[in-house]
Amino acid sequence: GQSGPSSCYSQWSHIFMAPRLSTRNSSWEMKFYFSVARSRGRYYEGELQRCRPEAAPVEFGDYHPLKPIMVTDTKTRRGTRKGSTSSSSSSSSSVPPDPLSSMLDGTDPLSMFAAASASETPVMSHSDLGRKRKEKEEEVVGPDFEPWSAKRGEILARFTTTEKLSIVTNSPVFSVGKAPSPGSSAVSEKVRTRLEELDDLEEGSQRELLNLSQQDYANRIEELNQSLKEAWASDQKVKALKIVIQCSKLLSDTSVIQFYPSKFVLITDILDTFGRLVYDRIWTMCLDPRPLPDSFTAEDVNDTAKETCLNWFFKIASIRELLPRLYVEAAILKCNRFLNRSGIQETLPRLTAMIRGIGDPLVAAYARAYLCRVGMEVAPHRKDSLNRNFFDLLSTFKQISGDSVQKQLVVQRVEVPEYLTLYSPAINWILQCIAYRAPEPLLTEMMERCKKLGNNALLLNSVMRAFRPEFVAARATDFIGMIKDCDEAGFPKHLLFGSLGRSLACADPPEIERLTILNEAWKVITKVRSPQDYINCAEIWVEFTCRHFTKREINTVLADIIKHMTPDRAFEDAYPQLQSVIRKILTYVHDFSVLFSMERFLPFLDMFQKDSVRVEVCRSIMEVFIKHQVELTKDPVILNAMLHICKTMHDSVNALTLEDEKRSLSLLIIGFIRMVSFGRDFEQQLSFCVEARATFCNLEPVLVQLIHTVNQLAMETRRVMRGSHSRKTAAFVRACAAYSYITIPSLSSIFTRLSLYLLSGQVALANQCLSQADAFLKAAVSILPEVPRSISVEGKLRSSESFLLDFINNFLATLLVVPDHPEHGVLYLVRGLLNMVQDYTWEDNSDAKVRVYVSALPLLAAMSQETYIYSISKVDSNETLYGGDPKFLSELNRLCETLIGQILDHLKTLGGDEHSTRRQGTLAFSLFGVLLAHGDLRNNKLSQLAVNLWNLSHKHGYCDTRVSVRTLEYIKHQAQQPDMTHLSDTAQRLALQSRT
Amino acid sequence: MSVTLDIRLKRANKVYREGETVAGVIVLVCKEPLQHHGITLSLEGLVNLQLSSKSVGVFEAFYNSVKPIQLISSNIEVAKAGKIPGGKTEIPFEFPLHTKGNKVLYETYHGVFVNIQYTLRCDMKRSLLAKDLSRNCEFIVHCQPQKAKVVPTPVNFTITPDTLQNIRERNLLPKFLIRGHLDATNCVISQPLTGEVVVENSDVPIKSIELQLVRVETCGCAEGYARDATEIQNIQIAEGDVCHGLSIPIYMIFPRLFTCPTLETTNFKVEFEVNVVVVLHDDHLITENFPLKLCRL
Repeated sequence: GQSGPSSCYSQWSHIFMAPRLSTRNSSWEMKFYFSVARSRGRYYEGELQRCRPEAAPVEFGDYHPLKPIMVTDTKTRRGTRKGSTSSSSSSSSSVPPDPLSSMLDGTDPLSMFAAASASETPVMSHSDLGRKRKEKEEEVVGPDFEPWSAKRGEILARFTTTEKLSIVTNSPVFSVGKAPSPGSSAVSEKVRTRLEELDDLEEGSQRELLNLSQQDYANRIEELNQSLKEAWASDQKVKALKIVIQCSKLLSDTSVIQFYPSKFVLITDILDTFGRLVYDRIWTMCLDPRPLPDSFTAEDVNDTAKETCLNWFFKIASIRELLPRLYVEAAILKCNRFLNRSGIQETLPRLTAMIRGIGDPLVAAYARAYLCRVGMEVAPHRKDSLNRNFFDLLSTFKQISGDSVQKQLVVQRVEVPEYLTLYSPAINWILQCIAYRAPEPLLTEMMERCKKLGNNALLLNSVMRAFRPEFVAARATDFIGMIKDCDEAGFPKHLLFGSLGRSLACADPPEIERLTILNEAWKVITKVRSPQDYINCAEIWVEFTCRHFTKREINTVLADIIKHMTPDRAFEDAYPQLQSVIRKILTYVHDFSVLFSMERFLPFLDMFQKDSVRVEVCRSIMEVFIKHQVELTKDPVILNAMLHICKTMHDSVNALTLEDEKRSLSLLIIGFIRMVSFGRDFEQQLSFCVEARATFCNLEPVLVQLIHTVNQLAMETRRVMRGSHSRKTAAFVRACAAYSYITIPSLSSIFTRLSLYLLSGQVALANQCLSQADAFLKAAVSILPEVPRSISVEGKLRSSESFLLDFINNFLATLLVVPDHPEHGVLYLVRGLLNMVQDYTWEDNSDAKVRVYVSALPLLAAMSQETYIYSISKVDSNETLYGGDPKFLSELNRLCETLIGQILDHLKTLGGDEHSTRRQGTLAFSLFGVLLAHGDLRNNKLSQLAVNLWNLSHKHGYCDTRVSVRTLEYIKHQAQQPDMTHLSDTAQRLALQSRT
Repeated sequence: MSVTLDIRLKRANKVYREGETVAGVIVLVCKEPLQHHGITLSLEGLVNLQLSSKSVGVFEAFYNSVKPIQLISSNIEVAKAGKIPGGKTEIPFEFPLHTKGNKVLYETYHGVFVNIQYTLRCDMKRSLLAKDLSRNCEFIVHCQPQKAKVVPTPVNFTITPDTLQNIRERNLLPKFLIRGHLDATNCVISQPLTGEVVVENSDVPIKSIELQLVRVETCGCAEGYARDATEIQNIQIAEGDVCHGLSIPIYMIFPRLFTCPTLETTNFKVEFEVNVVVVLHDDHLITENFPLKLCRL
């Protein structure tokens, strides 16, 4: 035995001592091969040459697994999915690249249907078609119209209250009920009403729910919505109608006025549901004899459906109260299509006029909004009633300053400006409907009308919100003038500027006016006292500033925001707006050197003092950085700022941080690190990595990236020096190795550590840092025993065995080129590794250890060659070191013998049950394979061993016959080589198992 | 053994005029063959008159005058006694709407003291052990269109404290001026009642403006009669303190069945009126009455 001196690595000594592999030779096969386990000599060049496939020209269109699946036949196999996906190598059909579309080709029942109906329709003349298309355009609102559904969320979020709400529903719904039966005429009128009330009470229609919170209220409305659907589903149409009437009646209650817009949203949802239900019901009545076409007219509707529809209208016309009658009829406006062509265009003006009867201006405004909403849906081209609605609205504006409203405001303690904002959603919506695809003159006329009304701020606001941004932007200077002329008391100016800013954010005013506009606007904005109002407005204008101006103006704006938001820590209540400011700046400024050279940018970031928000902001900056920073950078301004931002993100990590969060933060920081490059100044780069390691020590993926970066740096240095290091660069690459060497142990994942040790070892070797490479590899070997038996992979606990085997094989491959340390014994690392493998506590019933031994044999065989299969330039491997010294070779042979002995011992323990026998067979066969490939079978004993192994693996019939046959063929093929003729003898002795 | 008997009219809206034919099918659905003793179908039109509670005592003397008046009556045998096969059986029928003598088919009307109703009744006689089956089906008769041209006769009105009658203390009344017009008091029953009302000014806020449709039914004869006015429906056209000077539409659809063309016969009368009711915030009630003449075109 040889024992390596354990001088400097005393703690390793027990590992790197002489092989403790036992050399017991009690087994039956042992005697044959002892001292004969030598590897055959290899001529790698020649073998490689032989292994090269003959150059077979590849034809285009040949089958390739990555080529798209082609459909060969669709006609004969209509509708059979199975057949149509068969892949084919025919190069002629180069057509459908998409298997899905081709699968449906001609077989899709829907398209067949469509095709059939298309052929049925008589051919239309061109003018006819044109007209149809035009009608279609008029009937449908385009995607450029912002739908109501987009507004409702905003309204619900904006108009809230903490006041208690109530729902009162009282009984007499229809003014015309059943005529009282003659018999009851004996009962007095009064008694009769009471009885009716009782009847209704039983149906649960009269109720008063008090003291509801806003949430309760919304829930209650949702309940009503549900019971509406249930009533409808169970065919209780009258009950459904009653529910809808009760709901719309709630809209005349303005007792908690701040909540009114939200209430409107909730209740009109129910009305929409009802409208849909009625329409669908009547539509389904028309299914017989065939479904109505989309563009049906009243003539296509059968009498029963018409009668039902008419009944609904009669029933609704007799609703006693104005508001429910109005809303419910509006809800089923679309049903007029079933009755006659002109129904809708006659009803809209009538309902518009009807709204004049609503005394409360707010209630009326919302009723108009609803009417415009259904109007837009059903007949968007009917601008006249939209306009009428708006003009009526204007003429009732004086009511706002009237006694009734003012008294109400006093009672409810609501200020006028707040009251006025309640109108905004309704007026905005009406104006939006009017402005939709409206000609310019109309908009100008509307603007003039607003002017006439003494520049009513509320209207002006809505005009700016509703009209096309281009329209507003083109007249921005005019609007600013109008805003200035407005009465300050009624409607706050910052809201007006907010609306203007919103338009200017998406459309550009004339270039020469821009600076004036910004100045004028900011003059007003900066004077806003309340920080909340200020930031709401400023946030909007940031976009305009970023869009058209340079960093100087943006910086000024940032400075102004900081000035306003810092006192009393006002920023604490404005994080969403401040975040939005950052977002907008990032949308327009992608040059980070410009961004960070703004003096006020980092101070602005300092306002985000709540950890979660701050991290979120940093994260958004990083995301933009990663997306838009294309060039590597060493700009100190960027580096400092980014380091600061990344550090903020890193520092937010604590014990409670979720794994996902850590991962995504790590990715962002890694993204930054990869963008840093100091070019040829490698030392600067290394010192950056040192700094980064100190800064990001809590995020392992970042550390891993840093190690990779440093390794890359070393390889880059090698490339620059063309493989020959100077004294200076040699010192530098050693510094790199040192960096990795001290960084790796701080990682917690054992496999990450192992692979990094190996990788860094390889890098060190490539850079001729032999002792460093040794250290890395030793370190890897020494932590092998720490590898746990199971590790968590994507949250699941899995056996680590396969990972470990992979690693060891990889490691063995590297060991070929690692020269032995002059002070340590021969094959110091190999022995060390094998000892660790022997001592490792493998899983019970596992062959892993022996499989390592099997795979170590090829390494030992490769080491015994005169010329190694691969080497590292400027590094002398053992081939040169020992120069084929017989002592070295015999050492290798002894090691092989020991390993084979171990393997055979293990084989002996196997057998017995089926599973075990199977393992025995597999293992024996793999050893056979190794002997065949690497062993010198001219030696009779080795050849006998091979034959025995072959027989053992075939003994129980668990081997794969095909593999056996191919192996045998391979041997026969090999035997034709001039120096391999001995194989034919062996081959003859290998019997193939006959299948019984 | 279940059997259902139904009458289905051809017209979805069940509306017929004199001289037309009421057509339809009798639908019998039974699982097994059904034995019966004959199926008959009868058509009848009746005017039912009632006396209001307040006038009962006075008119007991000439009770006769309020017995039902038959307008039309006919009978046919649909099937003789026999067997109906199991499943669904449809037996079509037709009744011409022809009156005898100089009788007129009044328009269907459901009122309080006067009811004009037309029914089809199908009877199936069965053996002693099974109940007889019967089914009623009301259909609606619209009277013949009026020949004479309808003249709209619009009417304007102005309501101020001075125009009011029937008040206790005129000087306690707030000041107000309400103007308006009805487009017609000679109304076509199938078309809405229309007009406008404008609150020019009012010291007290308006609470509500309503349209009250009233029927005036008269029963009796030359010897004496009972006349009662009852509400048919009340439609609110304004709610709350409406904007002054802005015209508010008057619009009311005449409810089906509960209205009919104004009718005057020797035994009874059906007339209609509309009240424009303005409720002030202090619950003062101001009513302006307009008699209407309804007709059918």
